[in-house]
Amino acid sequence: MRITQGCFSFLPDLTDEQISRQVQYCLEKGWAVNIEFTDDPHPRNSFWEMWGLPMFDLRDAAGVMMELGQCRKVYGNSYIRLSAFDNSHGWESVRLSFIVNRPKDEPGFRLERHEMAGRNIRYTTKSYAVDRPEGGRYG
Amino acid sequence: MPPDLLIPTLPTSRRTQQEETKMNQHSMTIRGKERYKSGVMEYKKMGYWEPDYVPKDTDIIALFRVTPQDGVDPIEAAAAVAGESSTATWTVVWTDRLTAAEKYRAKCYRVDPVPNSPGQYFAYIAYDLDLFENGSIANLSASIIGNVFGFKPLKALRLEDMRLPVAYVKTFQGPATGIVVERERMDKFGRPLLGATVKPKLGLSGRNYGRVVYEALKGGLDFTKDDENINSQPFMHWRERFLYCMEAVNKAQAASGEIKGTYLNVTAGTMEDMYERAEFAKELGSVIIMIDLVIGYTAIQSMAKWARRNDMILHLHRAGHSTYTRQRSHGVSFRVIAKWMRLAGVDHIHAGTVVGKLEGDPATTRGYYDICREDYNPVRLEHGVFFDQNWASLNRMMPVASGGIHAGQMHQLLDHLGEDVILQFGGGTIGHPMGIQAGATANRVALEAMILARNEGRDYLREGPEILAKAAETCTPLKSALEVWKNVTFNYESTDMPDYVPTPSVAM
Repeated sequence: MRITQGCFSFLPDLTDEQISRQVQYCLEKGWAVNIEFTDDPHPRNSFWEMWGLPMFDLRDAAGVMMELGQCRKVYGNSYIRLSAFDNSHGWESVRLSFIVNRPKDEPGFRLERHEMAGRNIRYTTKSYAVDRPEGGRYG
Repeated sequence: MPPDLLIPTLPTSRRTQQEETKMNQHSMTIRGKERYKSGVMEYKKMGYWEPDYVPKDTDIIALFRVTPQDGVDPIEAAAAVAGESSTATWTVVWTDRLTAAEKYRAKCYRVDPVPNSPGQYFAYIAYDLDLFENGSIANLSASIIGNVFGFKPLKALRLEDMRLPVAYVKTFQGPATGIVVERERMDKFGRPLLGATVKPKLGLSGRNYGRVVYEALKGGLDFTKDDENINSQPFMHWRERFLYCMEAVNKAQAASGEIKGTYLNVTAGTMEDMYERAEFAKELGSVIIMIDLVIGYTAIQSMAKWARRNDMILHLHRAGHSTYTRQRSHGVSFRVIAKWMRLAGVDHIHAGTVVGKLEGDPATTRGYYDICREDYNPVRLEHGVFFDQNWASLNRMMPVASGGIHAGQMHQLLDHLGEDVILQFGGGTIGHPMGIQAGATANRVALEAMILARNEGRDYLREGPEILAKAAETCTPLKSALEVWKNVTFNYESTDMPDYVPTPSVAM
């Protein structure tokens, strides 16, 4: 299973050079790039852990790539994504977000169905990985 | 009818340029006691033609394209439009004197001949804010287009554009969700969203219908969509559709780890039925519902308020709009409908594809998209935008491009429509030779490859076909989509285009 969140998940995994060009695009737009990681990739898990603060006032993608390298050293078997934050009025949110690191094995999700009154079903999406405690989910 | 309207004046085709520029020069308003003598009087003398009037910041301004009957004075025709869309009736009434009549009279303050269109005139008419009820498109439209479009002295009349003052904009809720919050809720940033309308539009059972939804979403689309006429028919009761669609959405969500949605069309014969369907969609956990434009402005506003209260994205299908938006000389321009819908509070609106099968000149379509998405629209005559429009932080509406588009056009779509748009490939997904999932994957891969290339600074419009061919090397579904639809284009002349074309200026 391959989680397809983010902007480029349907393409072959991006090389560091490709990632760096996307980061440069964001920096040139004046957006702050943020590195986040998680071992709970539930589609509604909005808040992945932050690897430091968003990198404001940065001009060169090399800074982000260095931090990404550090993050991978520690969380190389987790999901890592880059998000670019635009603080201009009327937007003030994420402008681009894409996955740059995945665990070796992605077990995905199971769908639980609770049968309710009538033919109504209450659905719950559960990650196979989160049955194990945080930190030990991807081996 | 005032007698002057029946007396032929100089035929417009014989008017000289000098005479045209003289059109706007003097007021003819009769004042004092004479103004209220019983009988008929020309509209231009009753105070509906005021060339010296300077519109207030709080005035609503409407721009009409007026085509007077042969021999009718264009100034009188324009004044008549102002009169009939505000306080006037065909004869003088003394009861005007019980009111602050001068304030309530709409004032035509400028009439320009339409470039290259003999016999047509642009009339600018200002309306005082007190003429309108707060937060009511029904009231606004009843005033501006309620009566005057059938007026005999006019051959044709079209409402081209409106300037809505901030004071009025602020009385509306606006889009229930807006582009930014929709993206946050859907967790999708940096690329257009992808959708598909389930086909065939009619005849599928709920179970078969849900199959199409599941395949398309699992293949990589963000949304699927009911068509405008899918409500509750003998072949598929609405509850069947909702139940099977939500099974499909949840299954695809678990299979991809992404948030997915399907626009459940709640359009029905009564408000009570629509609320019932919307409540059921909410109970099932849908993130989005859908309505058709034909339910009417008040129903749309009610559903927008419901959507805001219930954290639901509201999709509007502009069913029926072409009956009055398409012809250039008569009706209401779609840019006005788009403005009304942003006030009314829908989150999605179909606004044209440029390259697809439905009407849409590139410059005019650009104007619609700006109206949906920008916080401030400056005058852009070349896009058909006649007024500066301040939206005062009202949420943005997501435009939807749907109808006859396919993966092979991805570079053109991105160039014309930008990033904040939903690209809907119905046939272009479901008609894929390898199946629906493959069709969806082809579209998603084409889109991601194009965004990647754009962000890398490549000239993606020119290199588009190359970029797609390269992406197809590792994606058989895309390869096959490019092959099947390689020669499909819809090149017909548009019926609605801007009247002003930019001309290169001389460098100083």
